[in-house]
Amino acid sequence: MSLSKQDVQKAAALARIEVTDQEVEDALEPLKQVFTLIKEMQNLDTEGVEPMAHAQDISTRLRDDIVTEIDRREVLQASAPAVENGLFLVPKVID
Amino acid sequence: MFDKSVKELGNALRHKEFSSVELTQAFLDRSKALNGEINAFITFDEEQTLAQAKVADETLLKGKPTPLTGIPIAHKDIWCAKNWITTCGSRMLENFRSPYNAHIIKRFNDFGAVIQGKTNMDEFAMGSSNETSWFGAVKNPWDLNRVPGGSSGGSAAAVAAGMTPAATGTDTGGSIRQPAALCGISGLKPTYGLVSRYGMIAFASSLDQGGPMAKSAEDLAILLEAMVGFDAKDSTSLNNKQVDYARSINESVAGLKIGIPKEYFSNHIAPDIQKSIEQALKEYQKIGAILVDVDLPTSPLSVAAYYVIAPAEASSNLSRFDGVRYGYRAPEYGDLNDMYAKTRAQGFGAEVKRRILIGTYVLSHGYYDAYYIKAQKVRRLISQDFMRAFQTCDVIMSPTTPSTAFKLGEKSSDPVQMYLSDTFTIAANLAGLPAMSIPCGFDQANLPIGLQLIGNYFDEAKMLATAHQYQRVTDWHLKKPPLTTA
Repeated sequence: MSLSKQDVQKAAALARIEVTDQEVEDALEPLKQVFTLIKEMQNLDTEGVEPMAHAQDISTRLRDDIVTEIDRREVLQASAPAVENGLFLVPKVID
Repeated sequence: MFDKSVKELGNALRHKEFSSVELTQAFLDRSKALNGEINAFITFDEEQTLAQAKVADETLLKGKPTPLTGIPIAHKDIWCAKNWITTCGSRMLENFRSPYNAHIIKRFNDFGAVIQGKTNMDEFAMGSSNETSWFGAVKNPWDLNRVPGGSSGGSAAAVAAGMTPAATGTDTGGSIRQPAALCGISGLKPTYGLVSRYGMIAFASSLDQGGPMAKSAEDLAILLEAMVGFDAKDSTSLNNKQVDYARSINESVAGLKIGIPKEYFSNHIAPDIQKSIEQALKEYQKIGAILVDVDLPTSPLSVAAYYVIAPAEASSNLSRFDGVRYGYRAPEYGDLNDMYAKTRAQGFGAEVKRRILIGTYVLSHGYYDAYYIKAQKVRRLISQDFMRAFQTCDVIMSPTTPSTAFKLGEKSSDPVQMYLSDTFTIAANLAGLPAMSIPCGFDQANLPIGLQLIGNYFDEAKMLATAHQYQRVTDWHLKKPPLTTA
C-alpha cells in the first residue's frame, strides 16, 4: 500500500493544517520516501516484544492536590493574539 | 580571551583580571560582529545581559562565586527565559516573550551565569542542518558554504567561532552531538531524565534531553553540574544524587573497556572519518583502554523507528500552537477551524508540517499498530541491545556522523538523506542513554570529525573522564576555524 494524496489531505485535516492541492502534490513524493525508510522495520520479527513507550521504566509521579500556581493571568495573556476582559478571543463557535 | 575555556575564564574572573561586564561586553561585541556571516544568534538583549553581568560582578566582589559566576552562556532558543523573546526557530513564536524561566535557565541564574543571547536552531528542533529555521540558515565557521549541523546548530557554531564561551543545546535524535561533530566542539546529551525539560519547548517528549556544548569535556562537566537536578515540574525528572562531575574528570582510563559496534563501522562512513576514528581508538589504547567488539544488531533500524516515534509525539505536542493562547495567528480567517488551519499553515515551516503529517498519519485509525506500536517494539530491542553490550564494555565508541559538514542546500530537498545524517546518534535517544561527541580530527577539506561516546545510564562522570583523558593527550579540541574576524 502506497501513500496517496487522500491520505495526505486526511492527515492535514486531522492536524488542522490548511494545504493547497499543489502543497499536497509537492509533499507526496518526499513522504513516500520517508515511509519507505520507516517500512524497513516491517522485516524485523517483534513477536512478543513489549512496546517501549519511555526511556526509563518509571510510573508517573503523583503530588498532593494543592494549589501551586499563583494567578498571573495578565502576564500569561500578554503573548496571546487576541484578549478581551481577561478572556482569550476566538471566532464565534455557537450562533 | 575568546580562546579561553570556561574554567580559565572563571579563574580569571575570580582573580579580578577582568570583570564579568568587560568579559560579557567583549563576547557580545564579537558575536554581533560575526553574526552577519554566521547567523548563530537569533536574539541579543544587551540590557538584560549586562544587568546580569553587573550582579555577577557584585557576587565576585563580595559574595560566594561559583565556577560559572559571571560567565556568559548562549542558550538554544528552545529554552524559555523570562522576558526574553523565545522563538524555537519558528515564525509561530517570532514575537513570543516568555513569562517564565526554564528550570535550567533558573539553575544557571542561581549559579551566577549570564544569558548572552538566544541561539539559532532548526524550527522546533526538527532538522539536522539548521536550514529549517525561520530566521535563516546558520553557517559553519569552518566553511561558510556548509551547514553547522542541527538542530542546535547556532549553539555549536557560536562556540566554534568563539562568539560565546559555552552554550546549551537539546538532543532528540542527535541535535547536540551532530552539530558538535560538524563544528569541532564537544557536546553531551545526558541520560534521559537527568536534566529537567521544564521550559524546553517540547518536540518529542520521550526523547528530548537538554545538555551542554563547549570547547572541552572539562567545560562540559562544569556546565552539566549546573544543569542536572531534580525538578518537580518535569514529571520525568529523576531524583538522583548529585555528582561532582568536575572532580571525577581526572580518573584514568586504564583498563577501561571500549565497545566497538561493527554496525557503526559500515561502508557508509566517509574514509577520512573511518581513519580518524581508528586513530582515536589507538590513542585510547595507548593510555590504557581495551577495545572489545560488541553487537548492536537492531540499531540499523533506529532511524526508521525514530521517524515514527518522534513525529508521533511531535504531532501531539505541537497541537498547542493554535493561534489562541500565544504565538502567531493568521491575519484573516473564517470560523474557528479555519483560524486553526490557516494559523498553522502560515506559522509552521515545511519540515515541521511534514513531521506533523507523518505523526498524525502513524497515529491515525488503522495504522497505529503497524507503525507506532511496531516502532515501540523496535525501540525495546534497540534498548536491550545496549544493555547486553554494556555487560562486556564500559563505554561504546563510534563516529558521531557518517560524513563531515555538508554544503548548504545539499540535502534540504531530500528529507531521507537529511534524516540519515543522524544514523549513529538516534539509538542513544531511543534507549535514553547518555552520549557525547568530541573532536577527533579533520578530513581533507579541513572539516572537523566527531567521535561519539555512548555510556550506560547515569555514567556521565565516567564518560566525561574518558573524553577528558583523550583531550589531555590530543589537541583536536583546541583547533580554531580560520575566521577573517580574528
